[in-house]
Amino acid sequence: MTINEKQDQIIEIFEEYSDWMDKYAYIIELGNGLSPIDPKNKVNQNLIEGCQSRVWLDAKYQDGIIHFAGESDAVIVKGIVSLLIDVLSNHTPDEILNADLYFIDKIGLKEHLSPTRANGLLAMVKQMKLYALAFKAQNNP
Amino acid sequence: MTNPLDIKAIRNDFPILSRTVYNRPLIYLDNAATTQKPRCVVEAIENVYYNQNSNIHRGVHYLSQRATEAHEAARATVRDFIHATSSNEIIFTRGTTEAINLLATSYGETFCNENDEIIISTMEHHANIVPWQMLRDRKGIKLKIIPLTETGELDIPAFESLFSEKTKLISVTHVSNVLGTINPIKEIIEKAHARNIPVLIDGAQAVSHLAVDVQQLDVDFYVFSGHKVYGPNGIGVLYGKENWLEMLPPYHGGGEMIAHVSFDKTIFADLPFKFEAGTPDYVGSVALATALNYLQSFGMDNIAAYEKSLLEDATEKMLKIEGMQIFGNAPQKSSVISFLVNNIHPFDMGTLLDKLGIAVRTGHHCAMPLMTALQIDGTARASFAFYNTHDEIDAFIAAIERITKMF
Repeated sequence: MTINEKQDQIIEIFEEYSDWMDKYAYIIELGNGLSPIDPKNKVNQNLIEGCQSRVWLDAKYQDGIIHFAGESDAVIVKGIVSLLIDVLSNHTPDEILNADLYFIDKIGLKEHLSPTRANGLLAMVKQMKLYALAFKAQNNP
Repeated sequence: MTNPLDIKAIRNDFPILSRTVYNRPLIYLDNAATTQKPRCVVEAIENVYYNQNSNIHRGVHYLSQRATEAHEAARATVRDFIHATSSNEIIFTRGTTEAINLLATSYGETFCNENDEIIISTMEHHANIVPWQMLRDRKGIKLKIIPLTETGELDIPAFESLFSEKTKLISVTHVSNVLGTINPIKEIIEKAHARNIPVLIDGAQAVSHLAVDVQQLDVDFYVFSGHKVYGPNGIGVLYGKENWLEMLPPYHGGGEMIAHVSFDKTIFADLPFKFEAGTPDYVGSVALATALNYLQSFGMDNIAAYEKSLLEDATEKMLKIEGMQIFGNAPQKSSVISFLVNNIHPFDMGTLLDKLGIAVRTGHHCAMPLMTALQIDGTARASFAFYNTHDEIDAFIAAIERITKMF
C-alpha cells in the first residue's frame, strides 16, 4: 500500500467516530497496542523531547526500506506515534521524504503538531524524514 | 452561611465563560495560568483607545493630560489595592517576570558580590529561579534553596539554617502555582528582618485570591502580573519600599526615566519614573486598575471564602476517585489542585479533559526543580477562580471518572 492509501484508510476509520472521546479511545487502543521499542534503543540519543511528553524513535534500514519503531510515556502520544509508524514504515527514503502527511489534519489531530504544543510529534515527523535523508545519503554516497 | 457572591451574575461579566468548545460548554480551570477578563476590563481598553489615547507625561494637550491622569490614577489604585504607603512605591512592569529581572539586575548588581547568597525555595516557578541564576553567573553569587516538607510546605527550620553572614536577599513565592501552598510569608519576613535581610515576595499566584497588605507584611519587594488578577496581559507591578527603590539604580535606560540628559551626564528622574523607561503601558495600567476595582467590589475576603469552598469541594470529591494522588496538602492552600490518577500521563489526562470541554494545565508548570523534588515528570492541574461553580466541579469529577475508565 502507498503512503497515501494508508493515510486514506486511517481517515476512513476516523470518520466513523463522530465523538472526540471515541476517536481518542481508538487512539488509546492503538497506543496500548504499539510494540515497545527495544529497551537498548530507548536511549537519550533516540529521545525527542516535547513540551509535555517524551517520544523515542528508532529506525532501521534494510533492503532499501526503512522500518521505524517508537514509544512514548503518554498513551495518546503513543497512539499517534503508532499511526505515524504505520503510515511511514516499510517505505523507501524517497517515499518518506516526499510524503505529505495530510491525514493528521484530516482526522483532527492537527493541534498535536503545532510548533509550541509540539509534544514531540512535529519533531518526530521531522526526525523520521531526517532518518530517510540520512539513509538515502548512505545509500547514494 | 450563604454565599454573598452572586456567581451567576459574575459569570455574565465574563463573556468567554459562556462559549462552547468541541460543542461542549467550556469549563475553564486553568486560572493559575491566566484568568479570564470581565467585560469592564475589555471595555476599559477600548475606552482608552477610542476616547483618550495619547502619549503620557510629556504632552501639554488635552488628551495627553487626561491619559496621564488616568495612568497615575491607576497607579494610585494599585497602591491602595496592596496598601502601599505611596504611589512612588508602585513601578509598572510588563509582569512578574520583568519585575524579578529588574530586581535581579538592579538590586543584584548593586548589593551582591561574589560568594554572597540569595535564598529561594524548591517551589519557585522559573521566573523566580532563572533571573537569580543569571545573576549567579554574572556575579559569582550562590543560591540556597529552601526544601519542602511532606505536605508541600516550606521547611521553616531548614530555612533558618540557610541564613549566613553572606545572605543578601530572600526571594520566595507567596502561593505555589503547583501545590497551592500559601506560604507563611509574614513569618519569613520577620525572620529575615531580624537579620537585616530584605525579602522579595512573588505574588503572581496570590493577588487574585488573597487580600495583600504590604505594610502589614512589612515586605520589602512584592511583585505580580496583571493577567493573573483579571487584568490585561503585558502589565505587572513591582512594589518596593521607597527607601529601597531610592537606593536602586535604574534597570532600563531611555525616555521618561530621566530628569536631564546631556552627552556627558544623565540625571535620572525621581520615583517611580526612574524605573519606567520608554512609553509606559498606559492602556494596560488603566485596565489593570479597572480589574482591581472590579475585584474589590466583591471584597477579597468573600472571594477567598468562596474559592476555599470550591477547593474543599473539589478536593473531597477528587480523593474519592480510585488511584487519585494530589500533590500539595498544606493546611493553608489556595484553590489549586495538582493531581495524577493511577499511571495516566498528565498529557493524556489533559488532552481528554480538553475534549470534554475542560481546560486544565498539564506538565511541569514552569517549576521543573519542584517536579524533580517530587520525583515526577509533571501533573495535571486544576485551578479555580471565583467565577467557577460547584456544578463545574461535579462535571470535572465526572470527566476524570470517565477518562480513568478509558485506560
